[in-house]
Amino acid sequence: MMEKMIIGRYVPADSILHRMDPRSKLIIVFLFVCVIFLANNIWTYGILVLYTFLMASFSKIQARFLIGGLKPVLWLVLFTFFLHLFLTKEGAIILDLGWFKVYEEGLRQGIFISLRFFLLILITSLLTLTTTPIEITDGLERLLGPLKKVKFPVHELALMMSIALRFIPTLMQETDKIIKAQTARGVEYTSGPIKDRLKAVVPLLIPLFISSFKRAEELAVAMEARGYKGGEGRTKYRQLSWAVADTLMIVGLLFVTILLLVFRG
Amino acid sequence: MDISLKNVEYRYSADTPFERLAIKDVSIDIPSGSYLAIIGHTGSGKSTVLQHLNALLKPTKGAVVIGSREIKAGRKEKNLKGIREKVGIVFQFPEHQLFEETVEKDICFGPMNFGVSETEAKRRARDAIKQVGLSESILEKSPFDLSGGQMRRVAIAGVLAMEPECIVLDEPTAGLDPRGRKEIMDLFYTLHKERGLATVLVTHSMEDAARYADEIVIMHKGTVLKKGKPLEIFSNPEELLAHGLDVPEVLRFQMKVEKAFNTKFSKTCLTEDELTDVMADFLTGRVPR
Ligand SMILES: Nc1ncnc2c1ncn2[C@@H]1O[C@H](COP(=O)(O)OP(=O)(O)OP(=O)(O)O)[C@@H](O)[C@H]1O
Ligand SMILES: [Mg+2]
Repeated sequence: MMEKMIIGRYVPADSILHRMDPRSKLIIVFLFVCVIFLANNIWTYGILVLYTFLMASFSKIQARFLIGGLKPVLWLVLFTFFLHLFLTKEGAIILDLGWFKVYEEGLRQGIFISLRFFLLILITSLLTLTTTPIEITDGLERLLGPLKKVKFPVHELALMMSIALRFIPTLMQETDKIIKAQTARGVEYTSGPIKDRLKAVVPLLIPLFISSFKRAEELAVAMEARGYKGGEGRTKYRQLSWAVADTLMIVGLLFVTILLLVFRG
Repeated sequence: MDISLKNVEYRYSADTPFERLAIKDVSIDIPSGSYLAIIGHTGSGKSTVLQHLNALLKPTKGAVVIGSREIKAGRKEKNLKGIREKVGIVFQFPEHQLFEETVEKDICFGPMNFGVSETEAKRRARDAIKQVGLSESILEKSPFDLSGGQMRRVAIAGVLAMEPECIVLDEPTAGLDPRGRKEIMDLFYTLHKERGLATVLVTHSMEDAARYADEIVIMHKGTVLKKGKPLEIFSNPEELLAHGLDVPEVLRFQMKVEKAFNTKFSKTCLTEDELTDVMADFLTGRVPR
């Protein structure tokens, strides 16, 4: 049930994206998140879509799997689309059903904003699919390193993030296991009336919460038992190395940014 | 109600980069009222097989017949609740599935999902809690205030209260103390004998498999390596040992004695009593050396 989910999962492979330095990938995702707001017409959105698909093809991850894995999120994207379609009341009316009118601006907004949403999810998924949680953490810790000077808890933040990323798959497995156990006791998760399915959430969430709390406690004890005391004086076994490809990738995105600035309306 | 697996194959996460072939070409028959033990190394696919027995997993190839229903690969199935009512599964570490405020409510949860009335469910809860060897006073407690072993028993009671026709046990005694282990195993054996409850037991204990089962299936790397009556399985211990599997302690002892005296006893012994008789005969010379 949960096995097709790709959010937070890492797929080992040998691709350009996999080999990149996590810092450059993080910078690119961050820049992309900013740059995406520059797009405001068909041309600029087209450029972004092209860029994202190019990146996806660099990752060597099967398209079928990517799309299958994003399906659960597509519902959110669709929801965004309809929200804008129904609630925006500007521009010419393009569809009039009497009780309900679709405005030109609503359609435009709906398409653009849900597309923006989709691209953001795809790009961040590509980051986690091609970068191990530990690399992401290392990269983030290094990028935010300068903030340590102003007493910002960079190491702790990075640690929190890596723990969260690390336990997403575990949580999914656990969810799957408990769903199965309760299904065997007569709960229906995939069919039946909505009211019953909502009620079925309780027998799932409570065991899940309990095991998560237990796991958090065990993790804390295990960390303390091994003498963990924060990032002070800690050295790293894994070294990050910045290659030419990393610089080129960033230059690529900067180029896209210039194109966006030129073509935006 | 008979259950049978016909050339079942199952792939986890089919069509993704995580795809993993867990079992292939598995055919097992479980006639109603029988006791089947499945043994095999960790990762050999035992739990995967079990989940096919009440349609929690659908084969990616082959078919599973459960009573009058057939679950076939590549077909959408609806209304599986009827199957789940008849086949109860006790998962590995079933205590993780507890969630209600009181033990009683948790035990009643299964039966009531299958449409049993509240009074009847409560009656079953009282029965089941006694069967698993706990006192009725525990019914009012929160399941989370119990010890690990007690939680396990409550979880088992929750499945028993569904009054299935077939019960499927995935290492039900893992992590229990030796006495608790024996109590639980004896409980299931009694239910099997008295009520004719069909039982499927996954275990790492060759002793349990030899003692309780009518039929043993040995899984190896996702396939059925061997199946047969306990005597047939264990009469050729060398093959088991070659696959890194154990044989019952009694049999190991018998093999050592045979080796030391350079002889071969007339039969394969699976219980202490059998072995004592055979050895007494041998040592007193009633059987020629
Ligand atoms: N949810 C899952 N997703 C992917 N692969 C899985 C999943 N569950 C099991 N597997 C794989 O399927 C194979 C069989 O697993 P299974 O759990 O059936 O083994 P098992 O015989 O029950 O082992 P154990 O004795 O440790 O319980 C293993 O190789 C395992 O890695
Ligand atoms: Mg198992």
